[in-house]
Amino acid sequence: MKTLYEKLLDAHTVRRIDAETVLLYVDLHVMNEYTSPQAFAGLHEAGRIVRHPDRHLAIVDHVSPTRAIASLDEVEDAGGRLQIETLAANCARHGLELIDLFDPRQGIEHVVVPDLGLAWPGMTILCGDSHTTTYGAFGALAYGIGTSEIEHILATQTVEHAVLKPMRITLTGTPGPGVSAKDMVMAVIAHIGPNGAAGHAVEWEGPAVAGLGMEGRMTLCNMIVEAGARVAIIAPDIKALAHLNGRAHAPQGADWNALQAQAANLYSDPGAAFDREVALDVSEIAPLVTWGTSPDQAAPIMSTIPEPTSDADRRALAYMDLAAGTPLNTIRIDRAFIGSCTNARIDDLRAAADILRDRRVADGVTAICVPGSKAVRQQAEAEGLDVVFRAAGFEWRGSGCSMCLAMNDDVAARGERLASSTNRNFEGRQGRGARTHLMSPAMVAAAAVTGRLTDVRML
Amino acid sequence: MTPFVVHTGIAAALPAPNVDTDAIMPKQFLKRIDRAGLAEGAFHDLRQDSDFVLNRTPWNRASILVCGENFGCGSSREYAVWGLMQWGIRVIVAPSIAGIFFGNCEKNGLLAITLPAADVAVLSGLATDGDTARMEVDLPAQTIRHGRGETAFDISEMRKTLLLDGKDHIARTLEYEADIAAYEHARRRLNPLLK
Repeated sequence: MKTLYEKLLDAHTVRRIDAETVLLYVDLHVMNEYTSPQAFAGLHEAGRIVRHPDRHLAIVDHVSPTRAIASLDEVEDAGGRLQIETLAANCARHGLELIDLFDPRQGIEHVVVPDLGLAWPGMTILCGDSHTTTYGAFGALAYGIGTSEIEHILATQTVEHAVLKPMRITLTGTPGPGVSAKDMVMAVIAHIGPNGAAGHAVEWEGPAVAGLGMEGRMTLCNMIVEAGARVAIIAPDIKALAHLNGRAHAPQGADWNALQAQAANLYSDPGAAFDREVALDVSEIAPLVTWGTSPDQAAPIMSTIPEPTSDADRRALAYMDLAAGTPLNTIRIDRAFIGSCTNARIDDLRAAADILRDRRVADGVTAICVPGSKAVRQQAEAEGLDVVFRAAGFEWRGSGCSMCLAMNDDVAARGERLASSTNRNFEGRQGRGARTHLMSPAMVAAAAVTGRLTDVRML
Repeated sequence: MTPFVVHTGIAAALPAPNVDTDAIMPKQFLKRIDRAGLAEGAFHDLRQDSDFVLNRTPWNRASILVCGENFGCGSSREYAVWGLMQWGIRVIVAPSIAGIFFGNCEKNGLLAITLPAADVAVLSGLATDGDTARMEVDLPAQTIRHGRGETAFDISEMRKTLLLDGKDHIARTLEYEADIAAYEHARRRLNPLLK
């Protein structure tokens, strides 16, 4: 009896290295402009070649400007421009596929890869970005790596994998109005802590997971990283296959039939042993917002900031300039941001637009929407969502990681407070001294129109 | 990679939990294509506070960090490890260390040690006093020697061997070329999807 993680691990183990490490085969390696340059430099210094040029895909996303530009010369930041140029040069030198700034497929890597139909059940997909776990929603073994490991994959198409302990998170119940996948994963992180899934491969299971669409499932697999999970995965079902079918790189004909047959075996055997089990009834959760500087420091929107119980809590409150006992729905914001690999897919934009329709962003609030990819942006425009965002007073931008980590020119100023649909509220994450409150896209939209953190169910 | 055998140096206590890689290496230092010049970035924003431990004597010369839970969480950026190494850090000790960061440490010859919280608390206490902050980390013997005796630690054979030799992980994996080729051959037969 094996868990899904163990089945995927077995199928990709080239050999065992020691009691706790295997050499894992990498089916697809995705890379970006900011964590890959030193990997190529290392490869070149050692005089090595890329073993399988057809198993890599490079996408420019982290430093992408989100304002329209006609050429790379208009990227004002010299460092970012150099990273973009270096990625292009490295891809050209080794014959690797590149999606650059001006490619119509461009977007955040974890939005683009599933949209192109490159995340298949049963694959291993690695990328130099912690949120690579997103692809687990399709039953792929996927996780983030460092730059040395990127170099290792370029040279060997394998990676040293420290075997993880399987953990199961079961979601039951029916979510109430206003409760999204983001609230579910935030509730789990608040429950188990920022370290609660460390060293584990998380499998999401249960009727509330099955009830989610693929975009919500991607949000779950993406953000559980903030509880320390190295891998997150969901057994592929008919929804996963339907989402994949017909996309640009999805298998066709006999290959499609073979993939379906393979996917049918991708589940944890009944009775397979999990090292840790967590269960949550989603009918009991409310929309959440974070109040601190760690993603687990979150509470239901209609509650108050809890009393600090540690030095870390006190430091977080000082940084956030908040006091225990303050009702969360009285906290005023300066900025609203809808974007990121966690929450900038089409369903996320639809949910936000539903709130923004016939409403206006509050005076004094700067609001921007950064669709997850050009394809998402185009789809949204086809549905008229851009009109809704713009009419409400949101800026409608180009795609990229943007203010999620503020490596491009979308940066919040010191002291500014943000409602953000992203994944990390760390000190300085969205700008030095900026204060981030994480929440769902609909909750960001609600905060934007009232000018304060707001229970979306009350609008 | 830099070999690690025995290291003696000053330990600094950084007991806060969940110190993330954004804090270890802020975004303004990530716009480069090489690994150089990152010492300045190490804990850059935290070092703006003159009371921050690495600003104070003797910890401004610290080469061992005794940290809190979940050290190195968040972003995968290996820049964090390069910056710590360039700042002079050779050893990190914590009750838990985040997964990607831990892997990045071992690829660069930075010895990352996890110990039970009680052991870390002892080391943290010693590190807090300038008179007892000096420690010797002995990898072959798997022990940390300090003013109150010594604290043993565990490490896998593979990691220990690679750290002691300073050997490149890729060079070691390339010794398994026959296994990789055999896997690819078998996989092609078993799975026509991955050609």
